[in-house]
Amino acid sequence: MAQEQSVSASILAKLAWRNLWRNYRRTLIMLTAIVIGVWAMILFSALMRGMLDEMVHAGLRVLPGEVQIHHPAFRDDPSIANSMQEPQGELLATLNRPPVQAWTARIKVPGMISSERDNRGAQLLGIDPAQEIALGFDPGDIVEGRFLESPQDKGIVIGRKLAERLETQLGKRVVIMSQDPDNDVADRGVRIVGIYKARLQATEELNVYVGRETLQKMLRIDKQVSEVAITANSYKTVDTWWPAIATAAGPELDTQPWMVLDAYLGTILSIQGTMNLIIMIIIFLALSFGLVNTLVMAVFERIREIGLMMALGMRPQWIMYQVLLESLMLLCLGLIIGNVLAAATILPLEGGIDISIVGDGLEMYGMGATLYPVLAAQDMLNSTLVVLVLGLLASLIPAWRASRYNPIQALAKN
Amino acid sequence: MSVTTRLAWRNLWRHGRRTWLTVGAMIFCNILLVFMISFQFGTYSLMIDSTLSVLTGHIQIQEKDYNAEQRMRNTVPNGIALATDLRKKTGNSAMAARGTTFALASSEERSFGIQVMGVQPEFEAQISTLPGLIQDGRYLQGDDADEIVIGSVLARNLKAGIGDEVTLLGSGRDGSFAAGVATVVGIINSGMSELDRSIAQVPLGYFQSVFSMSDQVHSIVVNVGTLGAVEDEKHQLKTLVTTEDLVVLDWNELQPGLKQAIQADLFSNFVMYGVLIVLVAFSVLNTQLMAVLERTREFGVMMALGLRPGALARLVFLETAIMSLLGLFIGCLIGTAIAAYYQANGVYIPGMEEAMAKYNLPGELYPQVSLLSIFLGPGTVFIGGMLAAIYPALRLYSLAPVAAMRAV
Amino acid sequence: MSAVSCKNLIKTFTQGEQIIKGLDDVTINIEPGEFVCLSGPSGSGKTTLLNALGGLDNPDSGEILVDSKRVDLLSKSDLADMRLHNIGFVFQAYNLIPVLTAQENIEFVMQIQGVPAQERREKSRAILAEVDLADHEDRRPAQLSGGQQQRVAVARAIVSDPTLVLADEPTANLDSKTAVQLIELFLKLNLERNITFVIATHDTRVMDYCRRLVRMVDGKIVSDLQQPGIGVSS
Repeated sequence: MAQEQSVSASILAKLAWRNLWRNYRRTLIMLTAIVIGVWAMILFSALMRGMLDEMVHAGLRVLPGEVQIHHPAFRDDPSIANSMQEPQGELLATLNRPPVQAWTARIKVPGMISSERDNRGAQLLGIDPAQEIALGFDPGDIVEGRFLESPQDKGIVIGRKLAERLETQLGKRVVIMSQDPDNDVADRGVRIVGIYKARLQATEELNVYVGRETLQKMLRIDKQVSEVAITANSYKTVDTWWPAIATAAGPELDTQPWMVLDAYLGTILSIQGTMNLIIMIIIFLALSFGLVNTLVMAVFERIREIGLMMALGMRPQWIMYQVLLESLMLLCLGLIIGNVLAAATILPLEGGIDISIVGDGLEMYGMGATLYPVLAAQDMLNSTLVVLVLGLLASLIPAWRASRYNPIQALAKN
Repeated sequence: MSVTTRLAWRNLWRHGRRTWLTVGAMIFCNILLVFMISFQFGTYSLMIDSTLSVLTGHIQIQEKDYNAEQRMRNTVPNGIALATDLRKKTGNSAMAARGTTFALASSEERSFGIQVMGVQPEFEAQISTLPGLIQDGRYLQGDDADEIVIGSVLARNLKAGIGDEVTLLGSGRDGSFAAGVATVVGIINSGMSELDRSIAQVPLGYFQSVFSMSDQVHSIVVNVGTLGAVEDEKHQLKTLVTTEDLVVLDWNELQPGLKQAIQADLFSNFVMYGVLIVLVAFSVLNTQLMAVLERTREFGVMMALGLRPGALARLVFLETAIMSLLGLFIGCLIGTAIAAYYQANGVYIPGMEEAMAKYNLPGELYPQVSLLSIFLGPGTVFIGGMLAAIYPALRLYSLAPVAAMRAV
Repeated sequence: MSAVSCKNLIKTFTQGEQIIKGLDDVTINIEPGEFVCLSGPSGSGKTTLLNALGGLDNPDSGEILVDSKRVDLLSKSDLADMRLHNIGFVFQAYNLIPVLTAQENIEFVMQIQGVPAQERREKSRAILAEVDLADHEDRRPAQLSGGQQQRVAVARAIVSDPTLVLADEPTANLDSKTAVQLIELFLKLNLERNITFVIATHDTRVMDYCRRLVRMVDGKIVSDLQQPGIGVSS
């Protein structure tokens, strides 16, 4: 029996392949359509993936750390009153072993910054520069001056846009103002020691960096911080390790992964897969009419042969397999060429596409002005699955009809 | 019906299933395009409306550097009087002057650096939706009262309620130290958390006295009703505002991101539609090529009878046109019906509230059916289908009658 | 035991508003090794009978036995298997699968049967030589003449040693010389391999070779005669 099956498969394959090229024009047209469809599926997914990666990275870069720990009230009311002790004991031990790659404890309070010309609201960040760099702050983003050198550093580092807004510059003094836990105004004059650039203007305007101990002193809080940010250098796998941190931090503290901290990014990322799949399916549906049509025509032209094969003793289901096999070959060819073409299109673009022409608009989406498409095996696999599964489903109808012909009538067709 | 039309029509139904499959591809594509484009247009106008109606308005008159720099000293002199004058001259009463600065707002317990806006309570309601979004208390009254309305999240963060005092610390226009104490009279709840976290408004007169602005304002905000009227009103205002150093800016200049965000979205979607249309065109190409090839013998006979290749090509185009029109008609009909249904009932996408709030969008979206949104997509599909018929039609010109008649 | 037999076969068609009796109570019994011609004008029911005997068409009523199996009771798949193993077909035209070469056409049936490749090749070569087409094995049907095509069809019909070959107007599209060559090939195979042949034809050149001549008119058998038949000429 096994013998019979394999031998039959080989004759079916031979018939399917030769039939495919009988009307090479029609096959080439359909093949081109499938190639375009597959290419578009993978290209759109790659662009979308690049866009979302960019959004997540930009989002995480604003304040790095895939997991953050806060005082339970802090996220709702980001005030100095809702601060917590610097990590110690069990939590400190957990933070210092893998998978955690880096962590930092920062003070994050709203405040005002004034130059002699103007003033702005800003987010004061009291940081340990070494930890912050380990966590992801790129010292290369410092365009003038230097980054902070220690938690005791007396200087301030502000964004390029904010410096412009305040009409101030490197070396000038500014006044930072906030409140201490007793709601007394706390202020301090500081010298601008560095100016940084960021991908988003909003970031440059919002975040200003000062030494953690300097800020603790100004705010009259000892060893207190607003948040602990932790990274394992992979936002995608955060689900696997953040619960351990939460346990170590204990129930008195609020430990959350980035999907919760930035619900927008979380939502966008969670629907990405579905969106890509929907786009693939829509593209395939547009394609499927042509595919079914091609098969219907192919079967129609061959009714007499099909009748002959049946008369010779070929079982109806083998007629069906033959048509399905023909469709499968066409789809596979399209998939191979489409995938190769998509890879050839995307790989050279992975260095980034400049889309600054709509830069301000993209900033609304939380994106920088360069798009980095990502060729992902997952997308190639998905498009292959969509095309094969739906393609064979669509081919079932003409294939089934071909197997239903009455050999006598089929033979009599002209 | 002429003979050619009748011939084309009958030819199509010689292969009814094939014709319907090709028409089906067009119908599918057209339904999708009509709905999606209507949906996009609806979303964009909602996005523009909800973004502009909150604060920006359609047009603003500002000092020429203010839009780029937003500095305290880039002011419009005698702003209130100018607004009054313009209202009279244009007949449009929806104009209000504003001052804007940053200040540290402190309640008894908390302080936050926020943007404080001085507004004309009497006119603000005509250019902004915020006065209508008071959750507790009331909106501002009078131009000089030491009152303040704040966003609901800010109120919670400041731990301040109606009747509490808020101290504002900042610097005046001349760089001097500025301080004022205002009583909270109302709390705004816009539903947009970013706005509710940061908004604070005081009467313009009070603003001017606290921040040493004398009669200066930062902008005169104009609402013209519909986006379509912006261009005319802007032009009129430009002729009226002759003072040097003042500029009239429309919403696109004030919020360049908005239009670009829409363009980026429009572009990426249109590329996708383009792919769909190309795929449908291929379907038409395949069908029509087959239709030509299988009729080689028949065409040979017709040519032998004296028909020119051009007449046969016209026949092929006519067949394609009939199919495309069927696809256009049915696709538009169904697509419009679906879009119109959702235009009336709204589309709710669960789980997207956060993402939509980011673009100032409410939870429900409404497609906007217009002639453009109905015919833009299907029209392109029609053209694509006709273009696809060129190659099959061209093949007719290389047909030799005798050889063709012998073909199977 | 008969090679093929049928009893009280009835088959009606509707053509427009007319009801046509394709087979009107036909009973016939054909013994192994017979060389039978079904003759009669077109529309007399000979093709219908042939198709019914080969399990290609279902009669409205009646019994058909091939190798003592009730053909009229088999499922579609079992009918296919029966045709594959017991019956060879030769049709008037379009006998071959256009995308396959002469040899592949002959091997086609064996391939479905599951005959190993080596055996297939040997058998198909031998049979091609037997029908005098040894050097045409790699040609596709379009590259063969009508007579050559019919010979390939015959080769395919007998290659898997069927007990019965049914031929429907096999000479209709052939010139006299080729037609005679084909029918002599039939006869040779009949005599050498003891294969039963039933040939539907109205070609007198063919009828002269038959040892049994069955005449049909309007779906009925009107005469059934044994005759000496012409022997193989060479």
